[in-house]
Amino acid sequence: MDIFRSHVLVCGGTGCTSSDSLKIIDKMNEEITKAGLEKEVKVVKTGCFGLCEVGPIVIVYPEGCFYSRVKVDDVAEIVSEHLLKGRIVKRLLYKEAAGDIETSLNNVGFYKKQKRVALRNCGVIDPEKIDEYIAYDGYKALGTCLTQYTPQQVIDIIKDSGLRGRGGGGFSTGLKWQFCHNEKNDQKYVICNADEGDPGAFMDRSVLEGDPHAVLEAMAIAGYAIGSNMGYIYVRAEYPIAVKRLEIAIGQAKEYGLLGKNIFDTGFDFDIEIRLGAGAFVCGEETALMVSIEGKRGEPTPKPPFPAQKGLFGKPTIINNVETFANISQIILKGADWFKSMGTEKSKGTKVFALGGKINNTGLVEIPMGTTLREIIYDIGGGIPSGKAFKAAQTGGPSGGCIPASHLDTPIDYDSLTAIGSMMGSGGLIVMDEDNCMVDVARFFLDFTVDESCGKCPPCRIGTKRMLEILERIVAGQGEDGDIEKLQKLGENIKNAALCGLGKTAPNPVLSTIKYFRDEYEAHIYDKKCPAGHCKALLNYIIDKSKCIGCSACAKVCPVGAITGKIKEPFEIDQSKCIKCGACIGKCKFGAIEKK
Amino acid sequence: MVNVDEKLMRDELISFIEEQKKKPGPLMPIMQKAQSLYGALTFEVQELISEQLGIPMSDVYGVATFYSQFALQPKGEHIVSVCMGTACYVRNVEKVMEKMIEELGINPGETTKDNKFTLEATRCLGCCGLAPVMMIDDQVYGRLTPSDVPDILAKYTD
Repeated sequence: MDIFRSHVLVCGGTGCTSSDSLKIIDKMNEEITKAGLEKEVKVVKTGCFGLCEVGPIVIVYPEGCFYSRVKVDDVAEIVSEHLLKGRIVKRLLYKEAAGDIETSLNNVGFYKKQKRVALRNCGVIDPEKIDEYIAYDGYKALGTCLTQYTPQQVIDIIKDSGLRGRGGGGFSTGLKWQFCHNEKNDQKYVICNADEGDPGAFMDRSVLEGDPHAVLEAMAIAGYAIGSNMGYIYVRAEYPIAVKRLEIAIGQAKEYGLLGKNIFDTGFDFDIEIRLGAGAFVCGEETALMVSIEGKRGEPTPKPPFPAQKGLFGKPTIINNVETFANISQIILKGADWFKSMGTEKSKGTKVFALGGKINNTGLVEIPMGTTLREIIYDIGGGIPSGKAFKAAQTGGPSGGCIPASHLDTPIDYDSLTAIGSMMGSGGLIVMDEDNCMVDVARFFLDFTVDESCGKCPPCRIGTKRMLEILERIVAGQGEDGDIEKLQKLGENIKNAALCGLGKTAPNPVLSTIKYFRDEYEAHIYDKKCPAGHCKALLNYIIDKSKCIGCSACAKVCPVGAITGKIKEPFEIDQSKCIKCGACIGKCKFGAIEKK
Repeated sequence: MVNVDEKLMRDELISFIEEQKKKPGPLMPIMQKAQSLYGALTFEVQELISEQLGIPMSDVYGVATFYSQFALQPKGEHIVSVCMGTACYVRNVEKVMEKMIEELGINPGETTKDNKFTLEATRCLGCCGLAPVMMIDDQVYGRLTPSDVPDILAKYTD
């Protein structure tokens, strides 16, 4: 193997790819060859580094130099200054939100409090090369299981570790495997649920793009533990890079004899096939996912029977999420006690969160369970941009709830999030500031659920539609006395009566915003005001006469001619003509136009 | 010419179906293949799948209409998918969508008269770090403002 003095890691995740990181790699190789360094410096295309906000990201080792927002035009300078002359290009170094410049990745605040288990190889190895995965102990856990442990011993380790499903349900992974192991059948299946549909969550995509072999290895271990020789990965068609890397990884694993027949000469066979979703959110629900693989409409079925008894094609099946699988090989190699040492009493290990919305460091973070929301948002996430005030954090996507500032010190684990009316979900964490209207956010999520409801059970199909209609009236300024109570009653009934997880959790965004932001609902209904200044129907644009100098800039940009006045005298907006587009506010240099 | 292409596509689909038939649950991969060949699952294509697999037309139609990625009518040359996921929504993707509707002169779900663009509102593309985002065909565009829209569209109209 060739030895290089420097490694240049360039992010090839979806975020950075969309801002030209692949062109950066080509240019980097070109410049390195031009400088005659091709035997000394190696360029590696890795998975996601997590800090998508400042992508494309380039890291140079051994220094660990963290270059952010690199452009193709910057590459020549990195090569000639840093790689050739050893002088760090200071202007490209990552700057903390507070303004500090950090030369090394290890000192960056975003990474300091993180503990990377599921994301251990993301941004470290080239996901398209199985040798790099193997160099980081890849497939060692599978070998250990096949040669040293019985299936029951494997299950005992996973049970003992306390690992719970990372896709949202939070059910004990070891118990799930045990139930399926106990079933007697000639055919069983292992499914990886990679139908990551929660808007705002993208950790599964990053694992598949950055470390696909970790998932394949864990699926084979699961197959050995329950007595299955066939696995399916059900992945969203919206993730083309993830699908491509999975295909490459499966091909390489088969070539190396790590998938297929007689793995490690132990007589154990295991094969994996990819199935693509076709754009139905409900297929993330396990029973719907299985009927979708069978080639039917993805409608959920009642439980019991549970998949472990009667799953795919009527056979016993385990179905685990991508992030759950990404933990497995580490637990086997390092032991249940190591895993248990992280986290809280009932939630062990780490959890990956996708930070998005109004936060400085958007991206992926992995933290030990029990870290508080405040630490995630302020210490890791760098706080709220533009000095705005924090209003709420939304976790769990369309199934979760909004958490207000008063609960910022809640330690994050499955049970404490449920206790405050939200849920862990798959780990999307969207931060909202004072400009976001909580009633409209609730409407947004209900709109999503109504659109994605499969229509099988009436509480979800009809109930969520009625809730949406009420919310639409409220944000349009036509809310009535009693609407809040109607929403609460409907919400409780739907939670109790719906068939699957989608319907049972659909009212959560509404119920939690009513619980913590009732005053905003009341302002919309009774005062016909939107306190956040978001709901168009409840806003008026008004010119402050004391500030207006009569320049006519606003009148020129108004698309409907609603603004009139004499030059050098205060202008006026005709409210009957105004369509509330907001164009005038952007044009006024004197801050004379207000939304009220 | 058209007939030759038609025959080639038909043959390719039929041989793919023959291959997939051996596996359990072949319908979805077959429909995905058919859509990539024909651009849409028209009535005739669904009929062919139904005949070849020996399953009722109602089953094929049921699946075709359940999943949002299956189209019964051909889409435009370029698919513009504006992300309406939560992170983009919180960062005002609505304004980008409004601009797109204005520029293309069509609503989400529609195709321009010249068959150049189909506009879609999609759920989370998983690039929340770059919100607000949209995707044209397989290319993702991030950190958008409404004023970026005309320039990006211009790349596809020449």
